[in-house]
Amino acid sequence: MGTMRWIAGGIFLALLVLLPRELKPYGIFLMSNWVLFCVVAMGLNLTLGYAGQISIAQAGFLGVGAYTTAILTTRFGWDFWLTLPVATGLSFLLGLIVGFPALRVQHHYLAFVTLGFNILIYLVFRNEDWLTGGAFGIFDIPRPGFLGVDMRDPLSFYYLCLVFAALMFAAAWWIVRSPWGRAFAALRENPVRAASLGVDIRTYTLLAFAIGSAFAGLTGAFYASLLEFIDPYPFALEYSLSFLLMVISGGSATLIGPIVGAGMVLLLPEWLRFAKDYYLLIYALLVMVLMAFCPEGMVGLWRRMVAAIGRRRARAPTERPT
Amino acid sequence: MSAPLLEVRGLSKSFRGIRAVSNVHFEVAKGEVLGLIGPNGSGKSTLFNCVLGQLRPDAGEVRLNGQDVTGLDPTALSRRGIGRTFQLLQVFPALSVRDNLVLAGQEHRGTMLGRLFMSPDAGQRARADELLDLFRLARLADEPAGSLSYGQQKLLDIAMAFMAEPELVLLDEPAGGVNPTMLGDVESLLRRLNEELGATFVVIEHNMSFVMGLSHRVMVLAQGQVLATGSPDEIRADQRVIEAYLGD
Ligand SMILES: Nc1ncnc2c1ncn2[C@@H]1O[C@H](COP(=O)(O)OP(=O)(O)O)[C@@H](O)[C@H]1O
Ligand SMILES: [Mg+2]
Repeated sequence: MGTMRWIAGGIFLALLVLLPRELKPYGIFLMSNWVLFCVVAMGLNLTLGYAGQISIAQAGFLGVGAYTTAILTTRFGWDFWLTLPVATGLSFLLGLIVGFPALRVQHHYLAFVTLGFNILIYLVFRNEDWLTGGAFGIFDIPRPGFLGVDMRDPLSFYYLCLVFAALMFAAAWWIVRSPWGRAFAALRENPVRAASLGVDIRTYTLLAFAIGSAFAGLTGAFYASLLEFIDPYPFALEYSLSFLLMVISGGSATLIGPIVGAGMVLLLPEWLRFAKDYYLLIYALLVMVLMAFCPEGMVGLWRRMVAAIGRRRARAPTERPT
Repeated sequence: MSAPLLEVRGLSKSFRGIRAVSNVHFEVAKGEVLGLIGPNGSGKSTLFNCVLGQLRPDAGEVRLNGQDVTGLDPTALSRRGIGRTFQLLQVFPALSVRDNLVLAGQEHRGTMLGRLFMSPDAGQRARADELLDLFRLARLADEPAGSLSYGQQKLLDIAMAFMAEPELVLLDEPAGGVNPTMLGDVESLLRRLNEELGATFVVIEHNMSFVMGLSHRVMVLAQGQVLATGSPDEIRADQRVIEAYLGD
């Protein structure tokens, strides 16, 4: 199983590197978009999947990072790279603030609180023209300089996004397998018992929000640079619901779930284009079927299949003692 | 004389005007096992929850090693060295058995930020394996806790309470609902923890031979008040206790 996983990982990585070379610019753009949204979904997966804190504000946090970088580079002439700590720090801080209600309310109440926060952020983007350019947005966001490579070339920028996503994947992996990951799981499963074992659930709750938000905010910087123009719309509430769908349909509390989920939510509509006006309907039906029959998402579905095959093989004479 | 390990003075707690715990005094000395008995609804669990910061007492004082710890939250009290189990089984079903134990120990040392950069087992593996052996759960170490039998989960729950080497553990019906064989296992385990490893604990349990056999002293609660405190023999002979509790 271990080696199989490495081989599958290697093939996947090779595809990520080689496939875009064969694609037209729009295809490369889509893949860059997907790679970035994977990171946003990974962040939400830490908050929602691992720590069990529902948040419907992830698109808002993405926007915070995107606007931070857009404003600092276009208005103040900052270098892209210097905006990253600001985008990350600001979204971390806002995530922390959104986390405070979670110390008092849970479940659907928390959903509404975070949802309200997303609307608030969106209104700031749309109405505070002096800062955000309002509904017209911000133009001419520069691509970063990197070792003299021309990042206006879609393929080069895609590779930069890919490296960024790989680093963030490693960060998520590190957090999940560290003692923090275990504390997040305990917070999700039974906060009262966790507290009685010395787990500071207040701090971990706030961290779960802040880290998830920081993943989105940092990604926002790259997203603004990818689009080169931003307006408020990609950061509206419905996109937070999309990120939620990515995490859940891919498989929450798994490392590759968000990658699969982001792919489905982003790429499926493209593939379903042949269905024209019906694509949304087909898409909605697919999601409903998946959620009804496999609430653990695609990764859960895969695991079930592997287990079923394993059981069939094991139905040999050597029954394992229990 | 040095201060007792735990000292509870005049503790009271009401729910909507009904006195669940009423002016309770008691002490626990280091190395002691105190049994806590009383009919259902007599306030035993409420007393634990007030001592452990799960509930805020209306009045009274809790001292640990002479220091006032009244009103501290459960996390703080855990870190000060009081472990506990709840009356209802509470393990983390999706975590492995070993991870349940590691979790129970990992927050007691080092700093928050330090834990992010620690090895995944947070330096708790040796201690976890020690308890896995003691509680005979070693072969289940990598299974999700939720896949264990009820009795095994009860054992794990108790082991978690002892993981961080607490000075004092409050056990709320640690053998509640387990079968007679397992009940004997729990009793001998707890005896070993006390006699060989010097653990101090207060244990709530309805099975009389279990409590009487294990405890050095027994305290009887009835309608939120302490009815009697004494050695197991004294309690067995106490007329008021027999009337209130042991009688039927
Ligand atoms: N959270 C609560 N809210 C209201 N009443 C409670 C609560 N917890 C306990 N009680 C009441 O307090 C009394 C003592 O309960 P409890 O401490 O659970 O007793 P025991 O553990 O001895 O069976 C009971 O009358 C019970 O109904
Ligand atoms: Mg009780």
